[in-house]
Amino acid sequence: MKGATILPLRLDSVCYDAAGKRLLDSISTALTAGPRTLILGPNGAGKSLLLRICHGLLQPSAGRVEWQGPAATAARRRQAMVFQRPVMLRRSAAANIDYALKLRRLPRGDRAERVAQALERTGLTALAHQPARALSGGEQQRLALARAWATRPEVLFLDEPTASLDPAATRAVEEIVDAIHRAGTKIVMTTHDLGQARRLGDEVLFLHQGRLIEQDSAKRFFAGPRSEPAAAFVEGRLLW
Amino acid sequence: MFEFAAAFERAAALILTWDADLAEIVALSLQVSLTAVAIAALLGLPLGAAVALVRFPGRRAAAVLLSALMGLPPVVVGLVVYLMLSRAGPLGVLGLLFTPTAMVIAQVVLVTPIIAAIARQVVEDLWAEYEEQLRSLGTTPARAIGTLLWDGRFSLVTAILAGFGRASAEVGAVMIVGGNIDHVTRVMTTTIALETSKGDLPLALGLGIILIALSLTINAAAFLAQDLARRSQQ
Repeated sequence: MKGATILPLRLDSVCYDAAGKRLLDSISTALTAGPRTLILGPNGAGKSLLLRICHGLLQPSAGRVEWQGPAATAARRRQAMVFQRPVMLRRSAAANIDYALKLRRLPRGDRAERVAQALERTGLTALAHQPARALSGGEQQRLALARAWATRPEVLFLDEPTASLDPAATRAVEEIVDAIHRAGTKIVMTTHDLGQARRLGDEVLFLHQGRLIEQDSAKRFFAGPRSEPAAAFVEGRLLW
Repeated sequence: MFEFAAAFERAAALILTWDADLAEIVALSLQVSLTAVAIAALLGLPLGAAVALVRFPGRRAAAVLLSALMGLPPVVVGLVVYLMLSRAGPLGVLGLLFTPTAMVIAQVVLVTPIIAAIARQVVEDLWAEYEEQLRSLGTTPARAIGTLLWDGRFSLVTAILAGFGRASAEVGAVMIVGGNIDHVTRVMTTTIALETSKGDLPLALGLGIILIALSLTINAAAFLAQDLARRSQQ
């Protein structure tokens, strides 16, 4: 990362209501540069909602979301998100990446180079000219990662990026996420897959019924969750 | 029954010998309707996409209005355009009444709502799928218009075909603003109406056959092209 940072991201008593129900309840936390943050919790805990609020796709019903780094005004352009089901435009794989770069107003010459680099890093060079929608689910998710990576985000949000993939594709995605992190991007990812959390997590935010129950280093969280819901989740008991 | 068969026979002869009058009428019909559809597409596609994407007060009312306008009666459109273009009308100075241009204008009025209403539906459905991803990438709704029209291109061909179907088949509007003047504003539908009432069935029948054949050919070609393109793009 060159220059000033947009991190940390501070959430202050963030709530989200829909149809009269409180889906996120007073979440306060800070996401700092460095560790890969995994948002854990059973289905319906509010993980995806929290991620969307952090990324700015949803506005909280109450509370504040604030990028506090010196470059905070550029926050919108310096983050990216990968969704559970990638949405590919009806054009080639390379053109999908180019589209994202065009939105960032990159000059044409730079774009071609970045597109090629992103495809190469995600192992998609051979598929560059294939229609993106004709790719397999795993290839599409790698392309979504390539598209996000090409914009060189400082923060990358990932919402259950492997939830609908087979193990081989999951492994490929995890390796790319790891490479993106090593290249200096902050990772914030939701998953309900404990094994994945153990493999990828440095820091864990555990959500249950819309509340942030625990925030700890992954090592400590998995060694001994302090709350009953987290303990039950780690042991694989059903939570509701 | 015998007369009927004879009429068919002479209609076939007119087509096969490619009668000069008939060719002129077919050419003018195509020129008017294709021009009208092209202009209506240029207006209707962005208009429909904008109504689908841009939040403004009265957006739902606009959507309802577009759908309602799909069923505009051609004769009423013809009458209104006639009033606008007639000597005493606001656009009378242009001297366009009873010219092919007047017919194009009337058909643009008829066809634009059809293309816009279908485009609105197509783009709205696509937006439901794309919204989060595009907003995440940093696309504003206004800038998304071009993206979604391009991504909806296979479905939007249907909108344009529907518009062409309407333009080439209607008789009321072009009759009123064109005046059905021989060698000037006479098109297939107005000729069929006129010749049928005069009892000259062969020319009417011949044109009817051509009109249907054209419509079939254009739709089949578009369908095939769409199918091929869709298969290559999923």
